[in-house]
Amino acid sequence: MEINQLQDICNQVRRDIVRMVHGVQSGHPGGSLGCTEFLVSLYFNRLRHRAPIFSMDGLGEDLFFLSNGHISPVFYSVLARSGYFEEAELASFRKINSRLQGHPTTAEHLPGVRIASGSLGQGLSVGIGAALAKKQNGDPYLVYTLHGDGELQEGQIWEAVMYAAANQVDNLIATVDWNGQQIDGSTKEVCDLGNLPAKFQAFGWEVVHVEQGNSVEAILNGLEDCVSKTGQGKPVVLLLNTIMGHGVDFMMGSHAWHGIAPNDEQLASALAQNPETLEDY
Amino acid sequence: MSSILNQFPFTEKKDTRSGFGAALTKLGETNPKVVALTADLAGSLKMNEFAKQFPDRFYQIGIAEANMMGIAAGMTIGGLIPFTGTFANFSTGRVYDQIRQSIAYSQKNVKICASHAGLTLGEDGATHQILEDIGMMRMLPNMTVICPADYNETYAATLAIAEHDGPVYLRFGRPSWPVFMDQTRFPFVLGKANVLVEGSDVTIIATGHMVWKAIEAAEILRERGVHAEVINIHTIKPLDEEAVLASVQKTGCVVTAEEHNMFGGLGEAVARVLSLNYPAPQEFIAVNDTFGESGTPTELLTKYGLDTPQMVAAAETAVRRKTTK
Repeated sequence: MEINQLQDICNQVRRDIVRMVHGVQSGHPGGSLGCTEFLVSLYFNRLRHRAPIFSMDGLGEDLFFLSNGHISPVFYSVLARSGYFEEAELASFRKINSRLQGHPTTAEHLPGVRIASGSLGQGLSVGIGAALAKKQNGDPYLVYTLHGDGELQEGQIWEAVMYAAANQVDNLIATVDWNGQQIDGSTKEVCDLGNLPAKFQAFGWEVVHVEQGNSVEAILNGLEDCVSKTGQGKPVVLLLNTIMGHGVDFMMGSHAWHGIAPNDEQLASALAQNPETLEDY
Repeated sequence: MSSILNQFPFTEKKDTRSGFGAALTKLGETNPKVVALTADLAGSLKMNEFAKQFPDRFYQIGIAEANMMGIAAGMTIGGLIPFTGTFANFSTGRVYDQIRQSIAYSQKNVKICASHAGLTLGEDGATHQILEDIGMMRMLPNMTVICPADYNETYAATLAIAEHDGPVYLRFGRPSWPVFMDQTRFPFVLGKANVLVEGSDVTIIATGHMVWKAIEAAEILRERGVHAEVINIHTIKPLDEEAVLASVQKTGCVVTAEEHNMFGGLGEAVARVLSLNYPAPQEFIAVNDTFGESGTPTELLTKYGLDTPQMVAAAETAVRRKTTK
């Protein structure tokens, strides 16, 4: 898919995100907007998947696991826009009897979701397990995971980072949404992550660093670089510098919009900045 | 030799964990989807033979139990059937949130196999003697909880859970224990209780190592003229409520026995069934809401009130309460 087509999808996904969060006055718009370009690039250009067909085992296709489950709005929008379920269902986000739970779950059998996430730090281990199963099954496809940068403060992440390198889990591409923000403030203030590229390198990972993490073109190049590094005995991490709230000017770069919803006026402003490209749900 | 013990002859003692290890190796031969994971306790869990025979399906995770649970959950997505092996303490409390979210809520087909449960772990002391694990695991929706009584039953249970689709917690232990559960007479069927001894005065419902103690207690009670019915509850969840009710409706009172805190375990599970359907006097053989300590298994069972004499006394109390309530 061409870059301008992907950018059009990004605009629509951003509209979906702010409308979903506004519709229920609840949810996490900041990180969702910041990861829009990444997830659109992944799902519409890089991931070899069989949407709209969904099978839990995912044999013979690439798999994606969202470890930072709170950015469910962008995940749901991208899954719907990929064809896993009807866009109209996005309106049920976080409401009673919905398959679109606050945090993603398999319990409601929403196509495209293979693990529950929300309690942070667990998705890398799950991704490693799925990658090992692919090796066990002789399945040459890849496993992708996405993590928040604040999530790296969880100890389980580093258990998994150590294991994946020690055991040559080289069919795995983990992406870190490195926006420098978490709920209580900047990651620097809360618990400084330090030199992330050096840390992953020291653990034995291949590191790809994309500084323009909201540029579709830069993301595609970074993903291509990551894929070229798979199969060579090392796990691969994509460190993606993104801007929290990207695409909505008053949300950009602040942790304040981590987990609050826009009011009517703010919604109108956000939508005006992101013209409808596909049809609104 | 007396009548009840004669029905349960045993010629050897073995640890239940060895039943797990032997069955795991058997599964290696019979089920290519079965893989085994450990967090640096392959020897203690008797998984070395599986590791030797099936090195490509054996995963040494290192001392990182949270990572192990997540990896196991992920493996099911490719259709594998992962068996995790570590101590009961590190299989539950240490990784409760990982099990809750990535396995139970996510409905993943992971078999959590837990050794060294309870006081009979012995000398390692309270840090390792988990007495809360049955409660924690029972409370998780989608989770099946199994605590077999001896080597044979642990072997059979290990084979059975590979055929069951869904998360399972399988609890076993370290000490050498009588091997008495003849699988031709009392086959392991997941979710079905086994009535080992029939009686009319009191029901003793026991799980795990306590089942043998219950048989010993029934023998002593018989000599004193009390006819105890002994039920082996190997599957604590889902509980065989029909078996519990059928027995207590006959005997009118019950003693539950488990190597666990009195809160959260088999005793409370049985109490719930009775209070909803057939209220009856119940006595609890369980640890009195305290941590354990170092000692031999026998010393510990005696000190914490889980030995045969205490079970006999509890049964006599239960029988008395039938008429004095």
